[in-house]
This record gives sequence, structure tokens and C-alpha cells, in this order.
Amino acid sequence: MTLLEIRDLGKRFGGLDAVKDVSLDVEEGRITAVIGPNGAGKSTLFNLIHGYYRPTSGSVTFKGDDITNSSPHHAVADGIARTFQTTHLFDDSTLLENVLAGRIVRSKSTIFDAVFHTPRHRRESRINKDKAMEALEFCEIDTHRHDLASNVPQEVQKRTAVAMALATEPELLLLDEPAGGIPEEETTDFGNLIRSLPKRGVSVLLVEHKMSMIMGLADTILVLDHGQKLALGTPAEIQSNPDVIRAYLGSTAEEKK
Amino acid sequence: MNALKNPRLLGMLAVVIVLAAAPIFFAEQNYAMRVVTVGMCAAIAVYGLNIILGFTGQLSLAQGGFFGIGAYGVGLLTTDFDWSFWSAFIVTIIGTAAVGYLCGLIALRTKDEYFAIFTMAIGFIIFLVISRWESVTHAHSGVNNVKFPEGGGIIDFESPVAMFYLVFVILLICIYVTHAIRRSSVGRTLLTIRTSEDLADAIGVRVGFSKQLAFAASAVLGGIGGGLYATVVGFIGPDSASIDKTFEFLMFILVGGMGTVAGPLLGSMIVTFLFELFQDFQAYRFIVLGPIIVALVIFAPRGIIGYLGGIVDRRSRKQKIAEARRTADGASPEYDTAKSGTVTSGIDPEETK
Repeated sequence: MTLLEIRDLGKRFGGLDAVKDVSLDVEEGRITAVIGPNGAGKSTLFNLIHGYYRPTSGSVTFKGDDITNSSPHHAVADGIARTFQTTHLFDDSTLLENVLAGRIVRSKSTIFDAVFHTPRHRRESRINKDKAMEALEFCEIDTHRHDLASNVPQEVQKRTAVAMALATEPELLLLDEPAGGIPEEETTDFGNLIRSLPKRGVSVLLVEHKMSMIMGLADTILVLDHGQKLALGTPAEIQSNPDVIRAYLGSTAEEKK
Repeated sequence: MNALKNPRLLGMLAVVIVLAAAPIFFAEQNYAMRVVTVGMCAAIAVYGLNIILGFTGQLSLAQGGFFGIGAYGVGLLTTDFDWSFWSAFIVTIIGTAAVGYLCGLIALRTKDEYFAIFTMAIGFIIFLVISRWESVTHAHSGVNNVKFPEGGGIIDFESPVAMFYLVFVILLICIYVTHAIRRSSVGRTLLTIRTSEDLADAIGVRVGFSKQLAFAASAVLGGIGGGLYATVVGFIGPDSASIDKTFEFLMFILVGGMGTVAGPLLGSMIVTFLFELFQDFQAYRFIVLGPIIVALVIFAPRGIIGYLGGIVDRRSRKQKIAEARRTADGASPEYDTAKSGTVTSGIDPEETK
């Protein structure tokens, strides 16, 4: 089943088309990847899907509902979570507190519940804690839960960002360069974490630069160049696509032919 | 029994008990009682500032203005309109909530320093209206003989001790609400916004709406503080809405500690006491207070409570980390060996014990 449908999506900044006429289907239970050279519009595409930018053309449909012009907090409430390219965490808080912040969107208790300590508030606090712990365990960082986010290694920070996103109970997770800044030898572990997401009922759309990781991970790959679709297909198809090779290796490759 | 082990709660209890016992020592000195009671009125307004500045991270400079609206609301309604204190008080609270909400609608379209400047302008406009609209606010002649709260024949609020306890109880409620906000998902929402609005947005926090509510809540507490101030002092002039009030509140919260539960109370009491101590020097008191504040900002930027809280936090975190390590050791040793390279890299294992 198609979870996310992107149709002819475009975003103009002044005279520049950051993203132009991009269409993509994200299938449920699959890992879909977006690759492309720097400035190809990958992050812009994410920002458009998540509602951080308003598209200038096209549409985004999630589970059959049009979410083209909805705001990020609606997107999260609907079940689309995201992580950022540069890891965004609450540095002065522990990992557990960070992941608990992801529970805000699913919390219904108000200030009155907090002041009068209602059963609903107590029940919700307990559920939030359980879900946060579960997300930490899933990302295998629960032993770090009382460490400050600024004190843990980069890889743990990246995992925390994923755990925080998972705490919002998404159906689709947008990962913007999840393995960026992680040493090569740890990317395998991180790849395994991403691979285990669909089994948890979370489909994945990710942007990544590390080719070795993408090729072994993604079911479908979209290649962007100058904001436009260059190719779409399975890893094998993409690897042998002449347009992709040209975009990645530059025009010199063509001249040598 | 767990509560007794919590140093934060113990500290809070100590401050509250000392304050509650103040009338025993000062009951015969009306002036001292009044100083402490006025300090507590200010503390209530500072708890308002704590919500918008301490929790949400938005520097609002309109707090003095909302304090003034509270003071003049109660002042004018009980004198010129001859309302009872309680009805005037309730209407004033609703009024400040409405004004705060409307101001927030516009002010919260701005961010950071622009928000500070914008709210300072709001505070200044409120001050100008109060000090110039003579036919309504009596401008510089102020409002005299603000009514005491009606005790219904049971309590006589003309006695400074009764008044003290009235303000004290309302202050306690403010402290409890602050505490409840802090440990609930509401507080987590506000702290999230303080840390990063973009990240808050990305995890589904309704940033604009939450800031709006925080701003309105801070205005309400400013109004409550002002309303009580009017009845405690009995006479109010335009300076109760002046921009100086805002900066006084700001000093209180800086000294006590932003975003803490006990900070606004402690800061208000200490600075009020210092102000009184240097009363004789009048204009020169800032020569002494200035360096104290500079030193505080340099050495304890999170205020007295923030500084103490930091020590407590570090210690309890160390314990918890050590505990988590121990259980992890027992439960899944292979996990620990696999990860030990990253686990111990940042923290000295000796130190955690």
C-alpha cells in the first residue's frame, strides 16, 4: 500500500527551483531513499513533506489525506516523524528527558490535570515513561538514559534522535542523513537499526550520502539532481543508470568515453 | 519518606517555613510586615515572568505593565466604582488574561530580541495610558484608599498579619502550580520551545499556541500580584506600572534562578531585603547592588537556585548512571562488553562510583 504520495512537488526560492516536479510513492513497510549531490534539493524535499516549507506547486498525500499545506505539528500528529541532518537534541537534558519530549504530541493531559494530579495525568505519565524507555531500548541506548545528551558520543546522539522520533509513534519516519558524522565502522550497526524499523511498523524515507549503506538498505531509490528527478528504481537499477553515473562523477566521465 | 531525601524539596520547605513564621517575629512591626508582604506580591508577578522567560525562554518586558493593570484594576474598581475587593479582584484577573492574550497574539509573531523590544513597548504603552489618562486613572495623583479584602466577619484583613497570610496562601498556590507545570508534559512542552523552536516543531509541539498560553498565564500572574499589591499598600501611583518594575522583577528572577520553582521566591525576598538595607543610600544603592548582580551573572548565571540545583542534579545523575551501569552489567554482560568502548569514553568510571 502506498503510504505517502508525492505528486509534481515544487518549491521556488526567488528565481531558483530548489525542488521541481518531483513525484514519489513511499510504500508501507519499505525503506525508500533519496540520494543526490549536494544542493540537489533533498533536505528541501523533506521540509516540504513535513510542512516546514509550503510547496509552490504539487501535492503531498499521506494515508489518502491531503497534507500539502499542513504544519509540522499536524504532520507529527498524523504519524510522520523526522530527524535532522545536524543532530538536534536538548543538550542540557538527559537522553530519557529528550525522548520523553517526543511524547508531548501524544499527551492529552492539560495543566489542570497536572495541578490536580488527576488519574489521567498519572496514567499518562506512566505510559509516556514506558514508551520512552521502550524507544530507548529499541535503539539500544537505554544504558545511557541518565547521561546528558551533550556528554554522549555522536553515534548515541544520532540514535537518541531516532528514539525521540519513534516516541511520537510515527508510521513514516523521515531520516535526514542519519549516519552523517558517524565513523565508518559504526554505520553497519546503524544500518541494522534502520533495517529493523519496518518490522516495527515504521516505514522509512531517508536521505543519505554513504552509498555503501544506501545500496544495502533501500528498497527503492530516488536520485535528485538540481531539484529534479534523475532516476527512480531499485539499487541495482540505480547503480547501472548512466545518468546517475554522469551526475555523480561529473561530465569528465562522459568526455572520456 | 522519599521526599525527605530530596534536597530540592527540603530547601523549598525551609524557605516556606521561614516565611510562614515571619509574622511571629515582625507582628509588632507593621513596616517590616508590609515590606515582606509587598515583596511577596512582587514574587507572584515574578512567578508569571518565570513561566514566559524561565520556562518558555521568551524575554517579556511587559510584566511591569501587567502588574500595573492588576493594581489599577483593583484600585479603580474598589474606589471610583465602589466594588467589593473580591469582585474587583476576579474581574481584574479576567481582564489581565484578556489583555495578555490579545497582546500575545501580536507580540508572539516576533522572536528573540524583537519580542523583548515589542513587549517593552507594550509595557510602556500601559504605563503611558495609566500616567496620562487623567479622567480615568487620576494620573499622578494616583488612587487612594484602595479597599481591604472583605473577611466576611471572620478574618479582619485590616490587620497586617491577616493580609500577610492572604498573600502568602496565594503565593503558595503559585509555587505549587509552577511545580506542577515543571514536572508535567505542559512544562516539558515549554522547555522544549525554550531549547529549540525548530526541534519542538519537528516533534509535534504546537509552538505558537503554547507560547500564547504561556504569555497569557504570565500576564495573569502579573495581574494577581498587582491586584494584591494595591490592597496591601492602599495607595497606588503610576510608578506601579513603570518599566522600572519590569526590571526589578527581572533582577528578582536573575538572582533567584530562571526556570526554577524556588528561584522567584528566594530572589524576590533577597533583593527586597537588600533594597531595604540600602534604603538610606537611595540613588547610590545600585553602586553596591550592581557589582553583586554582575558577579552573579558571571559566576552563577542560572541564579542561586539554578546553581544549587546544578550541584544536586549532577550528584543524583551520577548515582543513577552508576545504578544503570550496575543493572546492565548483571542483566546482559555481552551487551556491555560490546559497547564498553563507547560507554566509558566520556566518563571516568571511578568518578561514577
